[in-house]
Amino acid sequence: MTMIEAIREAHDVAMAADDRVVVFGEDVGFFGGVFRCTAGLQAKYGKSRCFDTPINESGIVGTAIGMAAYGLKPVIEIQFADYVYPAYDQIVSEAARLRHRSNADFTCPIVIRMPTGGGIFGGQTHSQSPEALFTHVSGLKVVVPSNPRDAKGLLLASIEDPDPVIFLEPKRLYNGPFDGYHDRPVTSWKKHPKGEVPEGNEIVPLGKASITREGSDVTVLAYGTMVYVAEAAAEATGVDAEVIDLRTLLPLDLDTITASVEKTGRCVIVHEATRTSGFGAELMCLVQESCFYHLEAPMIRVTGWDTPYPHAQEWEYFPGPARVGEALKKVMEG
Amino acid sequence: MAARKSAKKPNVSAEELTKYYRDMLLIRRFEEKSGQLYGMGLIGGFCHLYIGQEAVVVGLEAVAEEGDKRITSYRDHGHMLACGMDPDGVMAELTGREGGYSKGKGGSMHMFSKEKHFYGGHGIVGAQVPLGAGLAFSDKYKGNDRVTFTYFGDGAANQGQVYETYNMAQLWDLPVVFVIENNQYAMGTSVQRSTKSPALWKRGEAYGIAGEEVDGMNVLSVKEAGERAVAHCRAGKGPYILEVKTYRYRGHSMSDPAKYRTREEVQKMREERDPIEQVREMLLTGGHASEDDLKAIDKEIKEIVNKSAEFAKESPEPALDELWTDIYA
Repeated sequence: MTMIEAIREAHDVAMAADDRVVVFGEDVGFFGGVFRCTAGLQAKYGKSRCFDTPINESGIVGTAIGMAAYGLKPVIEIQFADYVYPAYDQIVSEAARLRHRSNADFTCPIVIRMPTGGGIFGGQTHSQSPEALFTHVSGLKVVVPSNPRDAKGLLLASIEDPDPVIFLEPKRLYNGPFDGYHDRPVTSWKKHPKGEVPEGNEIVPLGKASITREGSDVTVLAYGTMVYVAEAAAEATGVDAEVIDLRTLLPLDLDTITASVEKTGRCVIVHEATRTSGFGAELMCLVQESCFYHLEAPMIRVTGWDTPYPHAQEWEYFPGPARVGEALKKVMEG
Repeated sequence: MAARKSAKKPNVSAEELTKYYRDMLLIRRFEEKSGQLYGMGLIGGFCHLYIGQEAVVVGLEAVAEEGDKRITSYRDHGHMLACGMDPDGVMAELTGREGGYSKGKGGSMHMFSKEKHFYGGHGIVGAQVPLGAGLAFSDKYKGNDRVTFTYFGDGAANQGQVYETYNMAQLWDLPVVFVIENNQYAMGTSVQRSTKSPALWKRGEAYGIAGEEVDGMNVLSVKEAGERAVAHCRAGKGPYILEVKTYRYRGHSMSDPAKYRTREEVQKMREERDPIEQVREMLLTGGHASEDDLKAIDKEIKEIVNKSAEFAKESPEPALDELWTDIYA
């Protein structure tokens, strides 16, 4: 199934199992979501459990926090990650911090889903990857699935989780997989091994990375859409890269990263988001702190540029297989 | 939906009046003591005193029932005392001690009590307002007949998320009483200097929300308006707005040069409209209490407050390890 179908199924499973789960957001109820991730849920569970909100992100997140503080488990959709900024205060000052400052009297088990990233010609305001704004905040968890199987399992784990989870869905992967190249045909999710999604409530635990390609030359740290780019770059260059799909950025599976870098002695970090203060900077720092004496070459980041997300030059900005391939070759020379 | 004037001759028992007197006095003496401890360096950072506004929370708590919820901003000590939280725990949070409600992790602006359905204590102006609607949503979803009192100030009334919340609360008929504590100054900016639409409760009309202006210096007026608001919510008619006209005697926080209003203005309010004096007068002239009775209450309150200060001084400072708790489950 597609990633959209997998996300919808995760909602369905969670709503069937627990009537504390309520699902809402802009166009989420009647319309079923702009990307159709919640289609059919209102018809199945009623308007009290799956409903539309006005276009007011701060209010959506704020009310969800109040609901969560008194016994519900809201799963909310921000229509695009680019729209989350009005709600940032609520996420940082309220959702992330309620447990701590109330000495655990009140907690905030909410999931805030949002489509993230580029690759669909969305321009500045429908393409951004704001994950680092959330990984910077103690009290939040940050999840980025890269395929339908993980999307369902991670979303179920996020809904079960007792803390606020930012769930970033790479929109380029929603309908079809992305084999790393924007200008070549892709295998459909239907034929893709990771398009096979187990039925029922099978979770993928938060905080566990997945090695999607084993290799011995260099460790590539990636998440979301970039997992496929990294794999394509490895195939194209012949560099035997070990590709790690982080899946959860916070909490981070540092053990898997460390074990891999200690084995390969090299590390390339890839993300779509802008470079400066991006999550790659944190990854590079952590690898330096934990694997310095195993490194045989300076680490390299391949990222989006420090510009607004472009419209016309989307595929230049996007760190595609060519740029990642260059980094793989360069890190092998070091 | 029009503003109403309070009843001239309230039908209120001696017991009720005495309780209001006592509850308001507790807040006032507690806050005076907080101010002293602040001056002595035992409380640091931010501390927003509620002195002058006591009738608001005491009047509304008089209409609250078990299970009703309250959530407010950072000027929260009065709300906590009025809903029955332990003064020891509040004062010890002010001094940042282990015995504080949040074990020193919250401070003056960030305290909570599950037992008393007090959902904080929020330090960001206006941020608690959508949370209040969410609490009310939960009650409605669960089929409870409960109401959430969502307090915010005249300053927060200009925050966009308040209007997002109005719209949703009315759209979904949420049982929430929006209590605008209009003490007339958002820190140093008077209402007149922040809006040309100073009748704050009327802004609810744009969303179809019923509301009224209330004399917030008179505890009986507050209670009476609170009864209307709560009845409206419990009847399933959706939210209600109370713009409670009140006044804070002290500065916004402890470092307030008070250049934005005259001493005479403050003095006049204290002399002519003080909420505690008004009830004191009613008790004495109505023959409900003697001077000696009131002195006995004063003494009792003083003891409670002194005890809380002692507790707050003696409670140990939290261990550094405490900082790493309750970040995640």
